[in-house]
Amino acid sequence: MPLEKLWISFYTIVRKDTIRQFRVWSQTFLPSVVTSVLYFLVFGAIIGDRIQDFGEFSYIHFIIPGLVMLAVVTNSFSNVAFTFFTGKFFSRNIDEILVSPTPPWLLIAGYVAGGMVRGIITGALVILVSLFFALPPLEHPGVLILFLVLSSMIFSLAGLINGIYAKNFDGITIVPTFVLTPLVYLGGVFYSVSMLPELWRSLTFLNPIFYLINGFRYGFLGITDVSLGLSVAVLLALTAILVGINWYMIKTGLGLRQ
Amino acid sequence: MQNTPALEVKNVEKTYTGGTHALKGVTLTVPQGDFFALLGPNGAGKTTLIGIITSLVNKTNGKVKVFGHDIDTELEEAKAYIGLVGQEVNFNPFEKPMDIVVNQAGYYGIPRSVAIPRTEQLLKDLGLWDKKDKNAMQLSGGMKRRLMIARALVHQPKFLILDEPTAGVDVELRRSMWDYLQNLTRGGTTILLTTHYLEEAEQLAKHVAIVNKGAIVAEGTMDEILATYQEKDHGKYKAGKLESIFLALTSQS
Repeated sequence: MPLEKLWISFYTIVRKDTIRQFRVWSQTFLPSVVTSVLYFLVFGAIIGDRIQDFGEFSYIHFIIPGLVMLAVVTNSFSNVAFTFFTGKFFSRNIDEILVSPTPPWLLIAGYVAGGMVRGIITGALVILVSLFFALPPLEHPGVLILFLVLSSMIFSLAGLINGIYAKNFDGITIVPTFVLTPLVYLGGVFYSVSMLPELWRSLTFLNPIFYLINGFRYGFLGITDVSLGLSVAVLLALTAILVGINWYMIKTGLGLRQ
Repeated sequence: MQNTPALEVKNVEKTYTGGTHALKGVTLTVPQGDFFALLGPNGAGKTTLIGIITSLVNKTNGKVKVFGHDIDTELEEAKAYIGLVGQEVNFNPFEKPMDIVVNQAGYYGIPRSVAIPRTEQLLKDLGLWDKKDKNAMQLSGGMKRRLMIARALVHQPKFLILDEPTAGVDVELRRSMWDYLQNLTRGGTTILLTTHYLEEAEQLAKHVAIVNKGAIVAEGTMDEILATYQEKDHGKYKAGKLESIFLALTSQS
């Protein structure tokens, strides 16, 4: 396909998904905003004052980056996993793309971009909501944007693998519940890794979400548990691995074609 | 390119996970501009073959070329020629017909400025214009079938594959769909049709292949098939009665 046609195909996939997200905004954008308000109320306004400050930052300032990341990660993941799975399993309208000349890598790019749109919009909404509770500092806006893009991309790619491989509805609910949520909560949303015993600290370094939250927190507050370069390197390596797995699955039809 | 067949299938085999040998070395050729009927009982392998041609099913062995493009090496080029009307309704029921068809054009790289007027014309031609802004789930069975035809035609394919497009469609609508398909072949579109309505195949097709238990058991022009089997069986079959021939061929093995 010539470049212009590739662009049109990509734009079609992303446009369709984005319109759907806005059409069902109460199921896509609103839940994370409501959850974040509750977190800000409980950990910020209600018990935040009783929790010790993190260096020069109050507890609510400390958790804002993690809560934004929580929204970005879960929304990017579930958007792609759900839309791909329903297109494959229920309406089977994924065939519309599979029979077209749209190459596998473009299908991946389109779905992932759709997930990134939702993740980034939701993340931006959570940042907006946080302004009502505490005005977070913004030390490195470029780093913040980089990690917003990386996190939404990585978890959109992971969601696509889940959506492609899932064989029933349980298959797309098990991963977010039993894998994603523990990783997010144990990745340092509510605490600094320096507070953990040695063993748990070492295990946390195996959690990719730790690097996302770390980089994102650096963008907001300018503080970090590990070097920014290491975080970026780990996340880029993870992106490459997830792209490779997705490409292989779509190209060979694994989980898609009989 | 003029003499290149629209479809060449050579020794195609398919064994599903679990061991079902759905296709056992199928070979057939569909010339450009042809109206080709692929007939066979349920489970004969017709839909599997269509799935392989359109890359929705992985073949186990064999070669498939669409307008000279090998699906193993030039899949995207091959797919650009094909429009598919599948056996099962497979669009998002929450989308509007207009969006379904325009988006399909997008996947083929057609800009919206071209796709929208083309979709409007197709929906008018197929009697769906007044339903363009309804949710697709609100359409009747026949309308859903026509919507799938509109979707398959929006990129103006040279090769249209229809897998039982008139299943469950009333007689009047079926006739109007026949007329529409015949007009397409007059315009140069090659059509591969599977159907259980044998009078439909007899009425429309120039060439026919009968597949049974994963193998082609008869192939030729409609006249050849009818004549050959008449001669072979000394008039056992009544002239023009494809149904009798079909039953004899598919119940023997």
